[in-house]
Amino acid sequence: MDTWRSKIRLCILLAVVSTAVVRAQTVNTCVDCHSALDAPFQVTQDQFSQDIHAQKGLTCASCHGGDPSKADDSAMSKAAGFRGHIARKDIPTLCGRCHSDAVYMRQYNPSLRTDQYSQYLTSVHGKLLTKGDYKVAVCTDCHSVHDIRPPRDSRSRVHPLNIAETCGHCHADAAYMKGYAIPTSQLASYNSSVHHEALVVRGDLSAPTCSTCHGNHGAAPPGVGTVQNVCSTCHVFQAQLFESSPHKAPFEAASLPGCVTCHSNHAIHHPSDAMLGTGPESICTNCHTEGDGGYKGALEIQHDLAGLANSLQGAVQILDRAESAGMEVSQARTEQEQARDSLTKARVTIHSFDPAKVSQDIQAGLKLAAQANQAGVAALKERGYRRKGLGLSLIAILAVVIGLRLYIRKIEGSAV
Amino acid sequence: MLTSLRRWLDERFGWADLTAPLREKTVPLHNLTYWYFLGGITLFLFAIQVCTGILLLLYYRPSANEAFESVQYIMTRVQFGWLVRSIHSWAANLMIFTAFCHMFSVLFLRSYRQPRELTWVTGVVLLFLAMGFGFSGYLLPWNTLAFFATKVGTEIPGQIPLIGRPVMIFLRGGEEVTGATLTRFFGFHVAVLPGITTLLILAHLALIQRLGMSVPPKVEAQWRANPAQAREMRFFPNFLLRELMAWYIALGALGALAALAPWGLGTKAEPFAPAPAGIRPEWYFLFMFQTLKLIPAKIGPLDGEIVGILIFGLAGFLWLLLPFFERGGRGRSQRWIFGAGVFALAYMASMTVYGYLAK
Repeated sequence: MDTWRSKIRLCILLAVVSTAVVRAQTVNTCVDCHSALDAPFQVTQDQFSQDIHAQKGLTCASCHGGDPSKADDSAMSKAAGFRGHIARKDIPTLCGRCHSDAVYMRQYNPSLRTDQYSQYLTSVHGKLLTKGDYKVAVCTDCHSVHDIRPPRDSRSRVHPLNIAETCGHCHADAAYMKGYAIPTSQLASYNSSVHHEALVVRGDLSAPTCSTCHGNHGAAPPGVGTVQNVCSTCHVFQAQLFESSPHKAPFEAASLPGCVTCHSNHAIHHPSDAMLGTGPESICTNCHTEGDGGYKGALEIQHDLAGLANSLQGAVQILDRAESAGMEVSQARTEQEQARDSLTKARVTIHSFDPAKVSQDIQAGLKLAAQANQAGVAALKERGYRRKGLGLSLIAILAVVIGLRLYIRKIEGSAV
Repeated sequence: MLTSLRRWLDERFGWADLTAPLREKTVPLHNLTYWYFLGGITLFLFAIQVCTGILLLLYYRPSANEAFESVQYIMTRVQFGWLVRSIHSWAANLMIFTAFCHMFSVLFLRSYRQPRELTWVTGVVLLFLAMGFGFSGYLLPWNTLAFFATKVGTEIPGQIPLIGRPVMIFLRGGEEVTGATLTRFFGFHVAVLPGITTLLILAHLALIQRLGMSVPPKVEAQWRANPAQAREMRFFPNFLLRELMAWYIALGALGALAALAPWGLGTKAEPFAPAPAGIRPEWYFLFMFQTLKLIPAKIGPLDGEIVGILIFGLAGFLWLLLPFFERGGRGRSQRWIFGAGVFALAYMASMTVYGYLAK
């Protein structure tokens, strides 16, 4: 009996001691005081618990030094290594101390890159910081501080959906950007762009935002000669066609920045066929004048595209009519979609600026659109045939019903 | 010619004796006689289902890779394939509609009363089987709507405590709706259900033949008070010719629906695609589906959906046994049954309409 009692006592003692040890390891008195302070010194437990570093077991002391296990002023003593407030100029170095250490970072996230600091030093932000401009962005400006979330977290300021607003926080602030000689309209322009629509409206997280073209830690504007390299990371075929097009050499000679010359940079809108040709929205006429080969080619390409677009629209309308009449036209719809694909392909082939190449896609599309149109016509003809058949059948059925009624009257009349 | 054929059959099979009950059968004649046609029209539509179903079988392929394409082929390439499939689909819906009408007419005319309890029971089971035909046939074209409706539809019995999960796996042929489900549903649709249905139709018809047509109690009382008022017509040919007229009219309606509103095919099912918005079952399941949607997630300690399913199961079982709750004479039990019928009809109609209007 005594043996059992002593075993139970030992178990209770072990439980108490181990709880005390665990508590001593995780205790963080910094937040106890700082949660009661006003901004900018305030850091609440709720805020800090959201921080990826806190979740991985790091404490305030990991960045600020000191001894968080002490509940008095000795926690912030020099003897305990307390560094206090981190100056803006020191933030990249401080973060880089761990984030550049591949061996250290491996234990938390083996797939996380460790070149952020070296990239930052190549960025416009990093270069200016080195020169003593402390207004430029440092790590905490984009990633926040004390509640740093991983980029995949939609509440993170560097989540794809939030990056434009994060960059725009400084770059759209004319007063803050005064003295840098760069425009502050990028955010407004981007928000009107097709890329913003894809990202925010359609929720396509692979759609480009600021960092996709400018880089993130090594953020810098792409040079004039390398714009197409940036665009081609997504728009591969357009870039390939442009590379071998007759526009390549003259654009380079005139220092025109490839894609941006026609499509703009931040305010990239849905391209339309009206951008071709020689109409009021034409971009071609910015350089080409009546009588030159480019002017003629632009007209030819626009005419071809309009022809296929009209033909496709005709097919869609007739198939819509047939479908609303209940006809089965799903196979014709496939041809219609293939014709639409040809139109899309032709719109890509435009970047070769070769009317003959564009015409090849247009001809393939016209053939498919004609087939779809023909199927629509046949479906509507079939609908007419069915209705005639229905009319004749109903007449025959009516005749039988009347005949039956007369016959019933006859046999019941004769029975009476 | 006809007389000699009849004589030939009579000499060999005793044709005259076999058809004697038909010749002697009569149908009560009163101002509600037209309700008697509903059963015959339902039977006619079932026959149309069998004939068009056999024709569809000539081209249909019951596999996930070929089902949609084979129905597409039937609709676009096979001569009158569109007509056969559209009539098959429309007739299925009309058959369930006329079966419901027939059931409620029997209920409100109190034709279920003693000694016709078993006629009611077989009829209600036939209606349940018709709904089973609808559910199993809906998946066969393997289009998006059918795929997701079947997914939802087979999840519902899966909620039943204890037996739910095995039932769901049995219906699906696995954990998910796949090609195995299609093959299984095809088997139910063309073999299991037709076999059981044919036997029950024979039993239902035999009971009607044996017990005769029921006369509504009010008319019966009038006739009892004044036997001279009692009127009847011969089943053959008088009633049958009138029934034939109704069948022709039904055929005309079917043809018109098939030609003016051919049954759609939709797009091929993509099991890994997200479910499209607004998934709902066929109209005859909609009142149950809508009810389950409206039931709160929790009713006390129980899961709301499970409570709903159990209530529908119990209601269906009690509905099947309805005639056995009626006591003789005009008593409270009759008023209860009448009230239950009115409530069921109003509930089903309003929930179905609500299901179509609700987003």
